[in-house]
Amino acid sequence: MSKAKKQELHNFPTLPKTPTGIMGLDEITGGGLPKGRPTLVCGDAGCGKTLMSLEFIIRGAMEFDEPGVFMAFEEKAEELAMNVASLGFDLNKLQEEKKIKLDHVHIDRSEIEETGEYDLDGLFIRLNYAIDSIGAKRVVLDTLENLFSGLTNQTLLRAELRRLFHWLKEKGVTAIITGERGEGKLTRQGLEEYVSDCVILLDHRVINQISTRRLRIVKYRGSLHGTNEYPFLIDEDGISVLPVTSLRLEKPVSSERVTSGIPSLDKMLDGRGFFKGSSILVSGTAGTGKTSIAAYFASETCKQGKKCIYFAFEESPQQIIRNMHSIGVDLQQYVDNGLLKFFASRPTLYGLEMHLVAMYKMIKRFEPESVILDPITNLITVGSVSEVKSMLIRLIDFLQEEQVTVMFTALTLNTIISDQTDEGVSSLVDAWLLVRDIEYNGERNRGMYIMKSRGMKHSNQVREFVITDKGLDLVDVYLGPDGVLTGSAREAQILQEQTGEVLRDYALTRKDREILRKRKVLEAKISSLQTEFESVEEELNKISQEEQLIKNVTDKTRTEITQRRGEKG
Amino acid sequence: MADEKYELRLYVAGKTTKSVTALQNLKKYCEEHLKDQYVIEVIDLLVQPQLAEGDQIFAIPTLVRKVPEPIRKIIGDLSNEEKVLVGLNIRPA
Repeated sequence: MSKAKKQELHNFPTLPKTPTGIMGLDEITGGGLPKGRPTLVCGDAGCGKTLMSLEFIIRGAMEFDEPGVFMAFEEKAEELAMNVASLGFDLNKLQEEKKIKLDHVHIDRSEIEETGEYDLDGLFIRLNYAIDSIGAKRVVLDTLENLFSGLTNQTLLRAELRRLFHWLKEKGVTAIITGERGEGKLTRQGLEEYVSDCVILLDHRVINQISTRRLRIVKYRGSLHGTNEYPFLIDEDGISVLPVTSLRLEKPVSSERVTSGIPSLDKMLDGRGFFKGSSILVSGTAGTGKTSIAAYFASETCKQGKKCIYFAFEESPQQIIRNMHSIGVDLQQYVDNGLLKFFASRPTLYGLEMHLVAMYKMIKRFEPESVILDPITNLITVGSVSEVKSMLIRLIDFLQEEQVTVMFTALTLNTIISDQTDEGVSSLVDAWLLVRDIEYNGERNRGMYIMKSRGMKHSNQVREFVITDKGLDLVDVYLGPDGVLTGSAREAQILQEQTGEVLRDYALTRKDREILRKRKVLEAKISSLQTEFESVEEELNKISQEEQLIKNVTDKTRTEITQRRGEKG
Repeated sequence: MADEKYELRLYVAGKTTKSVTALQNLKKYCEEHLKDQYVIEVIDLLVQPQLAEGDQIFAIPTLVRKVPEPIRKIIGDLSNEEKVLVGLNIRPA
């Protein structure tokens, strides 16, 4: 008893799941379909029920080593094999390898007469035999509802179906049952009553002439699951479901920096450029040089030997290469050495989801360091603002996970810069550069500033954005007494200042010379005074010497006279 | 048509009441209407499940008229004689 209890405890935390192997579906369901239980996949005709269930079987056999039985009530085995051959699956080979068993149940009302009591044991035996012959873990019944059109005894059918689902559970196989969507109900025959564990609804809608397939998990007993409608696609790789947003916000972040390719722009961004894996929005009015900034960024990425994908929605690659040549950016060399990949498509070529998936795939395959979308505003032609936004959210989400730096360009239609813009992505992006026109004094100039840049100190200054044939540069705008000056007004102001300086210099030197002269005069005066003083001094000296001499001589003569008188007397 | 024998195959799954009733009914009708013109083969799918696919069996019991062509199927315990005879094309509808 304690053992049984332990087992129960052990089984309690998570419902065992069977991965489908279908891209994206396992993420939404948190690991796959409920193991050993039936799942109902329903939807309108042509919504991809059969393909989804067939892919479940094929991937099970190929990727998870779980053989599967596909019981088809609609299509013949050969038709099914043909249908998936276009997706690159070889059903016949898988059948030969005993990994898959296809069984076509043909029910034709015209061939069948009903009389008296019967049951569907034949079907059970067939299914059982098919399961046992290959040791199947997965079963698909597509579309069980065909039984209802082939047989008249509905009450009996319902009872038998209930028995069938019970039997499937007992058999422990993970099953998909498909059902056609009915009026006001999930399925025409109310199959959802019998399948209570997991119900997936597929849908195919055409809005504005663009079709989108969607998937929703109506219920999934005992498991956490995404509840949104998720767009999905059928292409050459089968079905791929794209989670609208991942359920959690747990993405790796990097503090590594990438340069924008414009040194003066890097200087505005804390001197080191953008964060790796961040998203950058460059918005501005027409002709402000958004594409040039993007091309610079692409070229810089490639210059460092890293890969870049350029998604162009407006211009052709040749056009971009030619145009960028004129500002001294040679993109052709990087295209030639395989570092730069252009991917140009008209937005209206297909729906947003297709665009997204195409990008997903390109990015997955090419593994670029950075990605450019130029311009995202053109996507609005194929979807509403909210749709474009949701698509971009998913793209940013995905890119962040892959640590790919992305640069979007966006065209703002009005010249009045409003803070809500650009398909509402401004709140999603990490850095937002705004290029705007400054019209003054009969000319248009470009001003650039950083609206936001998360996680770094950035300049709050408006810089003049100059495009020359040598490239892009940012110049400090002139802040004069008349306000901000750009373009030729700035040049004129600078010239004027230079003239002023020359004049001032000249004035200065003249004054210097005058001082020099004054000093010379003064010095001359000092020396003449000194000479005068010397001569006076000499004069004075001479007098005193004479007096001394006289005194000496007088003294001498007096002594002589005294001597002489003494001799006489 | 008269010289062609009826080849009938009855699919059952074990000895259930329905199967036994069906076989009894079938034998009775054949004796009455097709004396010496028929062969009945009883296939127990519990013993030979692999045969279910070939004749597109999903319900039990199922009676299959292999010959004469075209193949006809009657499902159920064959309790309605009229329907069985019409279904087997023994009696025109």
